[in-house]
Amino acid sequence: MSAEHASAGLIGAYLRGGSDLPADTVWALEAHLEGCAPCRGLLATAVPAAAPDVAALVDSVRAALGPQLDAARPAPVRRPLAWRPAWAAPAVVPWLLTALAVVLLALALDSSGPPDPHGQVSPLLLVAPVLPLCAAAAAWAPGLDPAHELTAATPRSGLPLLLRRTAAALAAVVPVLLAAGALTGEMAAAQWLLPSLAFTTTALALGSVVGVGRAAAALVAVWAAAVAAPVWATGRLPFVLRPEQLPGWALLFALGAATVFARRRAYAAPRT
Amino acid sequence: MPRAVSAASVAPKTHAWEIRAEGLLVRAGRKKMAVNGLDLALGTGAHGLLGPNGAGKTTLIRALATVLRPAGGELELLGTPAGHAELRALRRRIGYLPQDFGYYRRFTVREFVEYMAWLKEVPKAEIPGAVQRAVERVGLADRADHRMKTLSGGMVRRAGIAQAIVNDPDLLLLDEPTAGLDPAQRLRFRELLQELGRDTCVVVSTHLVEDVAAACSDVVLFADGRLVFQGTPDDLAAAGGPEHPGDSPLERGYSALLRHTEQPGGIW
Repeated sequence: MSAEHASAGLIGAYLRGGSDLPADTVWALEAHLEGCAPCRGLLATAVPAAAPDVAALVDSVRAALGPQLDAARPAPVRRPLAWRPAWAAPAVVPWLLTALAVVLLALALDSSGPPDPHGQVSPLLLVAPVLPLCAAAAAWAPGLDPAHELTAATPRSGLPLLLRRTAAALAAVVPVLLAAGALTGEMAAAQWLLPSLAFTTTALALGSVVGVGRAAAALVAVWAAAVAAPVWATGRLPFVLRPEQLPGWALLFALGAATVFARRRAYAAPRT
Repeated sequence: MPRAVSAASVAPKTHAWEIRAEGLLVRAGRKKMAVNGLDLALGTGAHGLLGPNGAGKTTLIRALATVLRPAGGELELLGTPAGHAELRALRRRIGYLPQDFGYYRRFTVREFVEYMAWLKEVPKAEIPGAVQRAVERVGLADRADHRMKTLSGGMVRRAGIAQAIVNDPDLLLLDEPTAGLDPAQRLRFRELLQELGRDTCVVVSTHLVEDVAAACSDVVLFADGRLVFQGTPDDLAAAGGPEHPGDSPLERGYSALLRHTEQPGGIW
């Protein structure tokens, strides 16, 4: 610390205790000792000779504490906060598993022969555009997240958290759909990926008004009634999934994303 | 030497009341106005929010926690108007324990409180220490690494209290925190409440008059969405006479003050 050190006489007076030293000198010496190893060493070597009672006290304390200190184990090193809950909603796992089960079911239907009389449309193609949407909704819907009430009152609640959770849900579902599509060879990624993203952003956009869960349910119902059911009946590739309709889906995606951005504050606002 | 006190914690207070409501209206569901024209001003201290079932206590607490948007009137929390779009800074200073709070059953107590600390934007380096302190304050240190689903009801509630205080809030809202606690735990909780009430504005909703008497410096009596009475527990006791029903002076005061309010479902 400093270039000046305590003299042996000063340390001796400190060791003897009593009222030899004024209080401010004691205070200054202790402050110096805290930061100066050579002076502490000087003090330690002087203790047994100058103050045997102090040395005895220190030894007895050490002897008494010894067994406890041996028994004490250092606290385990705390791992940092897991990244997983920061991204995925902690309650979403069962819903993601359900989504994967739906994919497997569609895959099984697909491979077990044509489900419709004409055999032209894979059932996988009918669930693929709405499945990521369901996974995203499950990550945010108040009814499915048990801690929603707690989350809603925290500063992180809002669009960034919603987007994190949506991204995590999509990251779990989309690769499986891609793999399934590649496995059957009947479904080009372009055919369903853009529609599914468009559906997801639309659900988030509508969700700023009516809640993501309700918006997702409405979109799935519309899809089932307007597209999936007719296809099931007729077996023709639905008009909306034809490659020439992709610009329309891109437009819907852009509109949804723009709405989400414009209403970004609504996700954190208290409910009415 | 590092500063032991942050600049924010020694900054002068620029608001007169931690909670100030004027003509506050809050809806529960579509139609019912559960808080109906409430005027209230609460400062630092432990405030007991008393009232019969269905008085609107939970709705009021949810509005104070910025979960519900007021349907009308004015509400100012820590000097910031609530319902304002930018709630982030305000929410960092609020602790909230809902009446029936959901949690993730597979999380350990420590993970749960850590996750809530993360959601409350506690600085990352401070999270482990803040979590340990909060868990110790509610007496769950020995259970910190047990999963939430293995805890008893009272322990879950204490874990809920731990998550509410993990960010050292300036405004602490506890909805029925003593439900499910055994008598010894309730005594310990009252001590904690007194401790917290020294530098925090704590609002405890309860229907147990004795909790309020033991731990709160201030009583707010609430019925049919309106303020009936605000004062010290002694004032509440003084309001009752021997002719009013109840087993303790406070209970008699409580019945005396609520005598005039409507009981739409009949007297039970």
